[in-house]
Amino acid sequence: MPCVAYLIMKRPALHHYSTTCLLATLLAFTDAAPSMALEPLEHVLSNGMKVLLVEVPKAPVATVQVWYRVGSRNEVMGRAGLSHMLEHMMFKGTAKYPKGAFSRIIRKNGGIDNAFTGQDFTAYFENLAADRVELALELEADRMQGLILDNNEFTTEREVVKEERRLRSEDDPQGALVEALFAQTFLSHPYHWPVIGWFADLDAMSLDDLQRHYDTFYSPNNATLVVVGDIKADTLLPTIKHLFEPIPKGPSPKQTISAEPDQRGERRIVLKREAQVPSVMMGFRVPNYSSDDAYALGLLESILSDGKSSRLYQSLVHDQKNSLSVGAEYSLLQTDSGLFYFYSLVSPGAKVEAVEDALHREIAKLHNELLSDLELQRAKNQVEASRIFEQDSNFRHAMLLGQLESIGAGWQRADQFLERMRTVTAKDIQRVARQYLTQDNRTVGILIPLPPKEQEASLPSLQQGRP
Amino acid sequence: MTGFSEPGFAADISPVKITTPNGITVLVVEQHFLPIVEIHALIKTGSAYDPPEKAGLANLTASLLEEGTTTRSSKQLAEQIDFVGGALEVTAHEDYTTAAARVLKKDVDLGFTLLADILLRPAFPPQEFDRVRSQILGEIISDNDDPGHVAMKAFNQLVFHNHPYRWPVNGTEEALNKLTLADVQAFYAKEYLPNQVIFAIVGDITVEHATVLVQTHFGAWKKGPAPARTVKKPAAIGKKAVQFIEKDLTQSTIVLGHSGISRTNPDFYAVTVMNHVLGAGGFSSRLMDSIRDKQGLAYGIMSHYEARAMQGSFWVNLQTKTETTNQAISGVLAEMKAIREAPVTDQELAEAKSFLMGSFPLRLDSTAKLAKVLAQVEFFGLGFDYFVQYPKWIERVTKEDVQRVAKQYLNPQHYALVVVGNIAKAKIRH
Repeated sequence: MPCVAYLIMKRPALHHYSTTCLLATLLAFTDAAPSMALEPLEHVLSNGMKVLLVEVPKAPVATVQVWYRVGSRNEVMGRAGLSHMLEHMMFKGTAKYPKGAFSRIIRKNGGIDNAFTGQDFTAYFENLAADRVELALELEADRMQGLILDNNEFTTEREVVKEERRLRSEDDPQGALVEALFAQTFLSHPYHWPVIGWFADLDAMSLDDLQRHYDTFYSPNNATLVVVGDIKADTLLPTIKHLFEPIPKGPSPKQTISAEPDQRGERRIVLKREAQVPSVMMGFRVPNYSSDDAYALGLLESILSDGKSSRLYQSLVHDQKNSLSVGAEYSLLQTDSGLFYFYSLVSPGAKVEAVEDALHREIAKLHNELLSDLELQRAKNQVEASRIFEQDSNFRHAMLLGQLESIGAGWQRADQFLERMRTVTAKDIQRVARQYLTQDNRTVGILIPLPPKEQEASLPSLQQGRP
Repeated sequence: MTGFSEPGFAADISPVKITTPNGITVLVVEQHFLPIVEIHALIKTGSAYDPPEKAGLANLTASLLEEGTTTRSSKQLAEQIDFVGGALEVTAHEDYTTAAARVLKKDVDLGFTLLADILLRPAFPPQEFDRVRSQILGEIISDNDDPGHVAMKAFNQLVFHNHPYRWPVNGTEEALNKLTLADVQAFYAKEYLPNQVIFAIVGDITVEHATVLVQTHFGAWKKGPAPARTVKKPAAIGKKAVQFIEKDLTQSTIVLGHSGISRTNPDFYAVTVMNHVLGAGGFSSRLMDSIRDKQGLAYGIMSHYEARAMQGSFWVNLQTKTETTNQAISGVLAEMKAIREAPVTDQELAEAKSFLMGSFPLRLDSTAKLAKVLAQVEFFGLGFDYFVQYPKWIERVTKEDVQRVAKQYLNPQHYALVVVGNIAKAKIRH
């Protein structure tokens, strides 16, 4: 079921981390034990680019990531999907490294490169042997400036992106429901539209739109470079300065994005389409990391959905057996306030209404009863441990830093979060549940399966092909 | 471009291997960078050893291990591992099943305790049996919302006709409905033996400590006769086998392929290089270049050789809008023909090899990944010089080898083709 995280990649991932579930792993974040010295070395270049370097001598590999503070929230109505389209075009070459050269060079040096776009950021990465880091840096510095946007390449790549939209939204029942839920929850804020964009907007896009977006947002002062791995920060920093400091500072893309007005009353959407089982989603508007309530909301997410002992799993999957999978996600790490949402993939034979009632009962329980010390401590332990496990992967470690910088939180926020989270009480959890998980603040999305058009057997029909 | 020397290939991994008196193979790699320990057990049983008419039994048995032991209920197991922020996970595959505990160093004893509890003392409570079986039946239905899953399921039935790899790991509705608690108990008794288990332990733990913990927690596990295994080969596809599955979708999901190779086939490395050039090499592969970059027909396209204990399969999968279904299938077949008919270029060969050699350390860069690979190296009998030898085996592959294995293991005439989507509108000619 949906990792609703709105994060899409240029190409399907070829390796273990999935394209869709990266954000979910980041939502629980805390600091490392301070003795581990995994704090990044921070340096701001003369052109405003922030550099974060972390030395991890565990294996002879590293990840290089360039994060731009631009995502679908920086787009305008009628051009949804522009940031993601530009991400695809970033692989189409520069004067120095023509089309195809980037990935070919990385790959023949044993590396893997890709990129992903979210609501708040666009990020590019290379995972490779530590002695090849300089190569990735040179290629990234080159395309920060010199991208060549060609109309033929663009028209072909637009078809690729449309195929990606068909794959993720049109032909995926849960993907379609998530898209509808966001569109219904955010009426004026850009979180309204999907990162992948709408078909009509993709068709309306021009090369000029892409060029303007690139010129506005792709500059060192709007970027963060993160390198995590078997590197020496002291010796790498001069190389980074040499490669990136010649890039002139760009405009300061200060956009005023007005906050979404408060929600006054429940909203509901129903989506009917061919599917095997129904889904229920229930979203609540909540503040992001910048609020004092974020610590309690972060723990609440863990209490509801972290592990098989979590409340939603025990209640809906194990005891009531009305859901095949269930969960809660809190969009803590976002530039603007987002959603705290629940989801259920409904068991065949179970009723959507029963699932919705069960979710209401779980919320009422949070309103009415304080959780036990044991349950609270379990959630705190889970969040603390997950931060340590996360550092086992250079890629995820770098992602956390890059995302914290891109949303304006700053990487230091991770430590602060853990400290503040430790002081959260059962009463705090009850208070945020009462404040945000309310009927008037709720948007419900229901997927009602329609039977297949012609044949109605649950098993697919068989046709023999003509020779 | 700055001049670089060839990447430093070989991974510096030297596991310690011990066999316990009751036959458990234990592999340990110490890594003291982070205070975490991965305890990964591989049990040499999987869906390939489901008895006839009992597809899904290995998976159901594995799924029930965590659902109650003679000393802990399903909920107690979950609460104990969650309380320390750890993870306990059992997963059945075709050739083997894995049971893994991931814990902080301070909780390593608990990790072993819980893993031993679920592997040695599962209780298989009847109410959990009913619940988990219904859950799996529900997942089988829900899986039909994923066109890729529907297509692979149909493809495997065409390629692995009357073969243990025929059914999905989670089984079939028909077979699951007939499975009984006694089936699960019998399968467990026969298959879960210490002499069928490989432990890979990686992380902030010493070899001595890991060995003592295995002895303490698993020493009482009674050895038994290893179940007999017969290796089966999938029957060759005599002519094209085609299946079209109607669904109301905007894209066609296409899977095209045939039988492949086993992991121990000496041509494994040549096939790996050939497949990289054809369609596994991401952005630089021929299929990606032709179908995606030149024609804009698909977001993702990839070719796979899944090398298993027995001969596995080869397939290409992609999704394209209904209208371009025929064009995409023709494009795939054209590339399969081309790599058989002409040798790959020197540049393609060199780049494929340098990627495969240079990216090797990326496959081992976390404790979880390393533990998994270690257990598989032992399972397939590749030997621990694998970590040093892999780059050399890749380096040795020549252009002639690539063309030879393309001719031998790719067949653009006799293949299985599955299309899921709007079949009436796609007007498939193949």
